[in-house]
Amino acid sequence: MSLKVRIIPCLDVKDGRVVKGVQFEGLRDAGDPVEQAQFYDCEGADEICFLDISASHEGRGTLLDVVRRTAEVCFTPLTVGGGVRTTDDFRALLLAGADKVAINTSAVKDPSLVTAAARRFGAQCVVVAIDAKQTGPEQWEIFTHGGRNPTGIDALAFAKDVVERGAGELLVTSMDKDGTKSGYDLALTRAIADAVSVPVIASGGVGNLDDLVAGITQGHANAVLAASIFHFRTHTLSEARAALLAAGAKVRQPIQGNLR
Amino acid sequence: MLTLIDYGSGNLRSAEKALVAAGARDVCVTADPNRIAKADQIVLPGVGAFADCAANLAAVDGLREALETRVRGEGAAFLGICVGMQLLADVGIEFGSTPGLGWIGGQTSVIQPGSAELKVPHMGWNTAEPTASAVFDAAWGGAQDVYFVHSFAFRAAHEADVAAWCTYGADRFAAAVQKDNIMGVQFHPEKSQRAGLALLEEWLKQ
Repeated sequence: MSLKVRIIPCLDVKDGRVVKGVQFEGLRDAGDPVEQAQFYDCEGADEICFLDISASHEGRGTLLDVVRRTAEVCFTPLTVGGGVRTTDDFRALLLAGADKVAINTSAVKDPSLVTAAARRFGAQCVVVAIDAKQTGPEQWEIFTHGGRNPTGIDALAFAKDVVERGAGELLVTSMDKDGTKSGYDLALTRAIADAVSVPVIASGGVGNLDDLVAGITQGHANAVLAASIFHFRTHTLSEARAALLAAGAKVRQPIQGNLR
Repeated sequence: MLTLIDYGSGNLRSAEKALVAAGARDVCVTADPNRIAKADQIVLPGVGAFADCAANLAAVDGLREALETRVRGEGAAFLGICVGMQLLADVGIEFGSTPGLGWIGGQTSVIQPGSAELKVPHMGWNTAEPTASAVFDAAWGGAQDVYFVHSFAFRAAHEADVAAWCTYGADRFAAAVQKDNIMGVQFHPEKSQRAGLALLEEWLKQ
């Protein structure tokens, strides 16, 4: 009877389509983020995350439609990030059906956006995505624009600052580990999780179930996010739950069966 | 007819879709007091701060009065979700104190799990343990994990009004309150997959 660790499949979306598409059996359109979200909803994902990596304004416009259609068929909490610059962008995503909105580059450029969004919509829906690279022992620097641009800002100091400003959750991604399948940067995750009062999601680098477990037990995260191991069916959500449970973490056992 | 109150404080789309999936027909999304005066079932969502939601509710001319008449006077079924549940309290204590509807005795105050490892907001899936509520019994027949996201909790003045409890570290608070035709849930049934839909389905039937 306590709060459970969350397992969060993440879908990268570009111009309304899933990048690194999944080949689940039975999907009519494997590139449709809505179908994939629905699949994870039925599998009992604790939350679902969409990260929009569209470069163009038009591409981003399609995201709202994707979120709207997802909210019609999924009864799972949905976090959406990518290209959010203003409180009006927040509002549009929340009205479309997102529960939480993640900001990254814009939180670095203008930290007052965190405060403004938290005041207007509540801290619970403001997620700050922190992309960091290691620059020294126990030292990490914030990068923006999908890890391309260094900022000179210390990740730990930034994490504390945005929480102070009203962030309700932090999504911590190691740019050193992302895509490597060699596990989360546990020292980074732990340093931030231990320093802030809000929940932390570990992200970047998951290659197997042990990595998910380590994110909780060694990284001290409250939630674990992964993309390819779920998309490519290396492991199912139910296998992830079993691994976390075996390691002593509290996990949810969703009610099985079809949505009515 | 079921009325989902649109007062600028909630994720209406998700709530509407979940109610329809749970079997509601004729969901009317409105803040029009004339529609509320005829509603058989009324759902009040709410996210964000207590004071903002209370202010938004007060800002719609005649809304508060219509709710008082229809729910308290005439006994229409009422369901408050998240801050919509907290508004049932006498007062919300959150950056100052704000009067609520006062339909179920109590107040809200910050969650205190009592350990630095236990983060606030209380965000994610936790167990709702029903006390003795016909709706919960019919829906679940026991405890279920449901989705919470909040930093403040309802402290009921009378334990008898608590329909389900939730425990987070050293803190224990109402996961649901219920008094006659009035019910409120702290968690989000519209985001709690099958457990949430089952609860909505039973509430719709009562």
